Amino acid sequence: MIKTEALSKYFQSDGREIRAVDDLDLEVREGEVFGFLGPNGAGKTTTVRLLATLIGPTRGRAWVNGLQVGEADEKIRASVGILTESPGLYERLSARHNLEIFAELYGCKDVRGQVDKYLRLLGLWDRRETEAGTFSKGMKQKLAIARALLHEPPVVFLDEPTAALDPEAAKTVREFVETMRGQGRTIFLCTHNLDEAERLCDRIGVFKQRLIAIDTPDALRRQLFGRQTVVHLTPGSDLPALAQAVQGLPAVKDVQQLPPVEGSGPKLVIGLSDPAAQNPAIVRALIDAGGGIQFVNELRHSLEDVYLSLINENEAGWGGAR
Amino acid sequence: MKAIITIIKKEWMEVRRNKLVLSVVLFVPLLMVAIPLVMLGIMGRVGVSQSDLDEMAAMLQNPLFAGLDPIEAVQSTMASNFLVLFLMMPLMVPVTIAAYSIVGEKMTRSLEPLLATPISTAKLLLGKGLAAAIPGIATAWVSYALFLLVARFLVVSDKVYAIFLNSMWWVAMLVLVPLLTIMAVNVGIIVSSRTSDPRAAEQLGSLIILPLMVLFIGPLAGFIQLNAMTFWISAAIALVADVVLVYLGVKLFQRETILTRWK
Repeated sequence: MIKTEALSKYFQSDGREIRAVDDLDLEVREGEVFGFLGPNGAGKTTTVRLLATLIGPTRGRAWVNGLQVGEADEKIRASVGILTESPGLYERLSARHNLEIFAELYGCKDVRGQVDKYLRLLGLWDRRETEAGTFSKGMKQKLAIARALLHEPPVVFLDEPTAALDPEAAKTVREFVETMRGQGRTIFLCTHNLDEAERLCDRIGVFKQRLIAIDTPDALRRQLFGRQTVVHLTPGSDLPALAQAVQGLPAVKDVQQLPPVEGSGPKLVIGLSDPAAQNPAIVRALIDAGGGIQFVNELRHSLEDVYLSLINENEAGWGGAR
Repeated sequence: MKAIITIIKKEWMEVRRNKLVLSVVLFVPLLMVAIPLVMLGIMGRVGVSQSDLDEMAAMLQNPLFAGLDPIEAVQSTMASNFLVLFLMMPLMVPVTIAAYSIVGEKMTRSLEPLLATPISTAKLLLGKGLAAAIPGIATAWVSYALFLLVARFLVVSDKVYAIFLNSMWWVAMLVLVPLLTIMAVNVGIIVSSRTSDPRAAEQLGSLIILPLMVLFIGPLAGFIQLNAMTFWISAAIALVADVVLVYLGVKLFQRETILTRWK
């Protein structure tokens, strides 16, 4: 649905070349919610602008909906919806007029019908004749989302859709993204809200001028941290002896000992390749060694851990290169 | 064509709701009609002394005013000079609309969603340009028509009235007004690309009326005669300026330039 090959965009500023996007190779599948994560200034918005044909690439190629960027730009723009970083509404015009203008520009056959449909879908029907400038941030964002969907695009670019929204408005927007996923649309979601990416995205790409990593959140966790089982032991357990008992098992990659802290007993964090198959043997070995087990769970690193680890590794790599 | 009409419709909806722009679009033309009419009325009623006539001798050498008696000459001279103010309308109205339209869109950041639609930049520019130009041309023409209507009752003779309908004014209205409008629209675009304050854009853009002042002050100072040739020459200068300004305007009004270089 979206494909890029060595897509690059460089800008000139004060005689210096700034590489906003460098050699981006990417493939986003049909019907997928793809999270594009990166810090501020990473080049996420530039990438969206390139894919939505608002700006042209310095080099490389890209296809959206099977159409090549630079060769069928008007057709690409007609087949994508874009929610820009800022809602960018006509503040003196009513919600209805805002949508009607865009429905006409996108060439909708039933302008009135589409406008009414999205005013209702996004809960703006009762305020349809109100000036957009008087809306709350959440309502403005909803109106901007409606504007992006009026022409029923199969591909939707959402650039920081919940930034600066209160939790309730952010939840509404996230629910609507879920609705769009249900409709089979391909969604390219730029965000630095990791919780949002975790909840919504099938796959994520971590990006900072270059693509650092791309996969499902779980696969990235496994690639970075492996899989780990946490065994919560009864207070007073002999942590070194129990660690010794599992250390020698063939499935065990590594063992970390976590001494008791206030309100929590000692723990062993055991690196495994397949916890579901290997946990029974681990538990048996610990009991045989006299350990008391309170409960066992898999250690799940947050997406924040994954993201920070990738970004830091990337920084270190560039630092080394320099 | 439909997309261009949509852009024009949208621009006008916004102008209707912007009291500041609306006041310029309505108030300036009314003022420009009122001034020459008042001059016409006053000049028809005051006496003309020999010294007044001596001062205006240079102007009276204009063949346009040949065969007129002193009162007729004074009335037609003053009113004709003030009619030049009509040419300010196709400059001020489009500059104001273009400045508020484009800088306004920059401020609310509504240009990017607009640029993300399938409309071509040429159509977008044409739509925005026409939305600013049509009111400029319309106010000039309607004001001229209004002036002609009221002047009919204020002129001292048909000979004076005939001067307001001569070829000089047809050249001004049908040739110079559209050319000045194109100039104003492009100046509005160029100025708007460099500023993020609509008032600053409007004020900078308004400087475009300065060259026109030559046509106003020149006849009063006696170094220019108002006639069809003067307006043809002015139109030729405006045409050259338009070619340069349209080139610059089109160059500036490109998706990538707007999103990455406009301040």
